[in-house]
Amino acid sequence: MPDADLAVIGAGPAGLAAAGAAARAGLTVVLLDPAERPGGQFYRHRDGDDGRGHHHWRDYLRLAGDLEGVHYLPGHRVWHAEPGEPHVLHCLAGNRDERPVTVRAAKIVLATGAHDRALPFPGWDLPGVMTAGGAQALWKGQGLPAGRRVVISGTGPFLLPVATGLLKAGARVAGVYEANRPSAALLPLALDPARAVEGAGYALALARHRVPYRTGRAVIAAHGEGRLESVTVARLDRDWQPVPGTEKIVTCDALAIGYGFTPQLELAVQLGCAVEDGPDGSAVITADAAQATTVPGVWAAGETLGVGGAVLAMATGALAGHAAAGTTPPGALLRRRARQRRLAAAIAAAWPVRDGWREWLRDDTVVCRCEEVDHGALKRAIADGARDVRSAKLLCRAGMGLCQGRVCGFPVARVLGVPDRPNRPVAQPVRLRDLAYPDTSRGEHR
Amino acid sequence: MVVVGAGIIGAAIAYECAIAGLSVAVLDRGPVAGGTTGAGEGNLLVSDKPPGPELDLAMMSLRRWREWSEEHEFEYEPKGGLVVASTPEGLKALDGLAAEQRTSGVESLGVAELAEYEPHLAPGLAGGVFYPQDAQVMPALAAAALLRHPRVTVHTGVTFTGLEGGERVTAARTDAGRVPCATVVNAAGTWAAEVAARCGSDVPVMPRRGFILVTEPLPRIVRHKVYAADYVADVGSDDAGLKTSPVVEGTAAGPVLIGASRERVGFDGRFSVPVLRRLAAQAIALFPVLAEVTVMRAYRGFRPYTPDHLPVIGPDAAVEGLWHACGHEGAGVGLAAATGLAVARGLTGADPGLDMSPFRPGRFA
Ligand SMILES: Cc1cc2nc3c(=O)[nH]c(=O)nc-3n(C[C@H](O)[C@H](O)[C@H](O)COP(=O)(O)OP(=O)(O)OC[C@H]3O[C@@H](n4cnc5c(N)ncnc54)[C@H](O)[C@@H]3O)c2cc1C
Repeated sequence: MPDADLAVIGAGPAGLAAAGAAARAGLTVVLLDPAERPGGQFYRHRDGDDGRGHHHWRDYLRLAGDLEGVHYLPGHRVWHAEPGEPHVLHCLAGNRDERPVTVRAAKIVLATGAHDRALPFPGWDLPGVMTAGGAQALWKGQGLPAGRRVVISGTGPFLLPVATGLLKAGARVAGVYEANRPSAALLPLALDPARAVEGAGYALALARHRVPYRTGRAVIAAHGEGRLESVTVARLDRDWQPVPGTEKIVTCDALAIGYGFTPQLELAVQLGCAVEDGPDGSAVITADAAQATTVPGVWAAGETLGVGGAVLAMATGALAGHAAAGTTPPGALLRRRARQRRLAAAIAAAWPVRDGWREWLRDDTVVCRCEEVDHGALKRAIADGARDVRSAKLLCRAGMGLCQGRVCGFPVARVLGVPDRPNRPVAQPVRLRDLAYPDTSRGEHR
Repeated sequence: MVVVGAGIIGAAIAYECAIAGLSVAVLDRGPVAGGTTGAGEGNLLVSDKPPGPELDLAMMSLRRWREWSEEHEFEYEPKGGLVVASTPEGLKALDGLAAEQRTSGVESLGVAELAEYEPHLAPGLAGGVFYPQDAQVMPALAAAALLRHPRVTVHTGVTFTGLEGGERVTAARTDAGRVPCATVVNAAGTWAAEVAARCGSDVPVMPRRGFILVTEPLPRIVRHKVYAADYVADVGSDDAGLKTSPVVEGTAAGPVLIGASRERVGFDGRFSVPVLRRLAAQAIALFPVLAEVTVMRAYRGFRPYTPDHLPVIGPDAAVEGLWHACGHEGAGVGLAAATGLAVARGLTGADPGLDMSPFRPGRFA
């Protein structure tokens, strides 16, 4: 007997919308998420948060209201998802008193979101360098600025809310360096597709604080004795190769880098769902018009299908919820998804990651931080016959450490010139005693 | 000559043939060590083999591995193996095996105080036997190091599709063109039957699935390779069903590796949580401290096994110029050095240094 008709994994905008739609249609729904509060990355918040500084906070309150009909399991980390009838989710729950929990469900909606993408460059392993998402999480979760004087570098519309967030948290932003040269018309729309006008507010906030926003430039090196003290910013050509002679030094005590997002697909891959190349170089789940994956009884929503923002995530989430429940979705939802997808495609095209960043690497630039593998070692592995991420891991240990290649997988794949295909049968570190815990999954008796 | 397969067996053959003066082209449809060599543990074991042709091959191999390790860096670690028995009867059987193995040159030491070797072993075990010759290497690094020999060229991403020539091999056909040669060695591991079929021959090599758990890096709480006596029975078992026995070892890099499972399920690559649970439970039974240790990842591979659990090494019974070196099951790394030597010596008309007839490809007919 399954514990629920439907298990939704991930309580961000997509997962909340999916759980709500399915519960309203009469399914018994469990909603699992590693965080203690619903909202995912996008709606990350503190206790007593009144929503100031959050976009679509009203949407969030509406979605969170849907939780009433849903069996919400916060603090649940799925370490392995087994396909079948029912599907079985092996989880770890709680923090200090971590314990194994098994959830069975006839159907699954994967709304596991995406994580920050970073590119390596000399000095990126210095303390004080963090991902843009990490800087934002500090502010949203704890109200803390990442540093006193912060530089932001990378690509994509996401850099701007990070900048304004840092300003609100009391930091000085020494500059925002956008590696691409997107058209000015697209920016406000990309920032807030639902309310393009409000999106323009970011630009105003930056102007008010005299924060330079420079396109066609990026931080190509970070410097400091034991911690970050300054960065080198250079102008980039179309392929992102630094233009010689344009380097300049900017002092700062924190650097936030964001080169888009990589969908979290380990559970999808464990379930056997087909994945394909997304528009921005990372793999995404293959799904049909009804959000169904290639595995029966498994649907996908949100950023697992490619990065497209919260509005698209809510639309695909609600559609996946309807599909799982077998109800006909309102036409407006389909139209919204179509509109948002077109926009997401335009955004992906305007903010690509070009391969010229590989020129930023020196032989001694660390590529894999967990195992301290440098670019020279990776090149030697390639000379030795590494051709994909797995063989590179075997021959130089890149991706073998704590993060299991979540950080270095994308850049290593790009250096190799192959697609980054996540394959992590153990998606979360799990204690041996929890692994040994006798459960009632198929094939094993108590 | 052409070697099909850039796993540890293909690399060992290429290296030994290059030393013997031959020029070798190694083809692999994937990367170097992308097959079972990248999915195994890299133990060079003599402890788990009863006297017989496989143990003789393993002893010869161990000597060559030691020589290789003096010239190349591949995390060679002669850490020794500790086999433990939970019951007095089990210990008696273990002592008996060790005595027989001694006649083949295997050194061993009865251990009454297990804690002196492994302080974290569970209390209450009957005893064990320590095998100082057991060692470990990092197989992918070893394959890469051997393939760097200047007379070896490696062609990754190239699939072998068949032979040219009638009675005698004149070229290897690949999806990237033909390679003229008089000798082709089938070192395609678990896929060797497919490669043999493309040559109009056959070798009965089939997959036997195994999983490994890898923990977070730890200080040396497990010093040797430690396994329970029933492992030896599982290795030689003909049972298609799931077999698991605890095999626990610390590595130079810090993580502890936990095996070993054996199942015949074809090339079914799906992960099996029940198998992982059993491996975890058995490891904890052996080393209770591991209960609180975190598993970071797990991987699986397909051991290339044959009906009689012996590798297939030697010239094809019918096609002249075609050699096989495959089917090493769960010991391919350990047996690689001797396999390389024997093939190189065979191809150059030298004495292989061992009676190779138990391994001849024609024996299954
Ligand atoms: C879990 C596990 C643990 C193990 N532990 C140990 C251990 O501790 N000690 C030990 O000695 N052994 C161990 N083994 C066994 C060992 O890994 C294998 O015996 C050994 O790696 C086999 O090596 P190989 O070179 O024959 O095969 P592989 O490494 O599989 O190489 C064969 C190569 O052939 C290529 N190939 C196949 N078909 C073609 C084609 N048509 N054209 C071109 N290329 C082709 C493949 O891509 C592959 O790279 C273990 C195995 C497993 C699964």
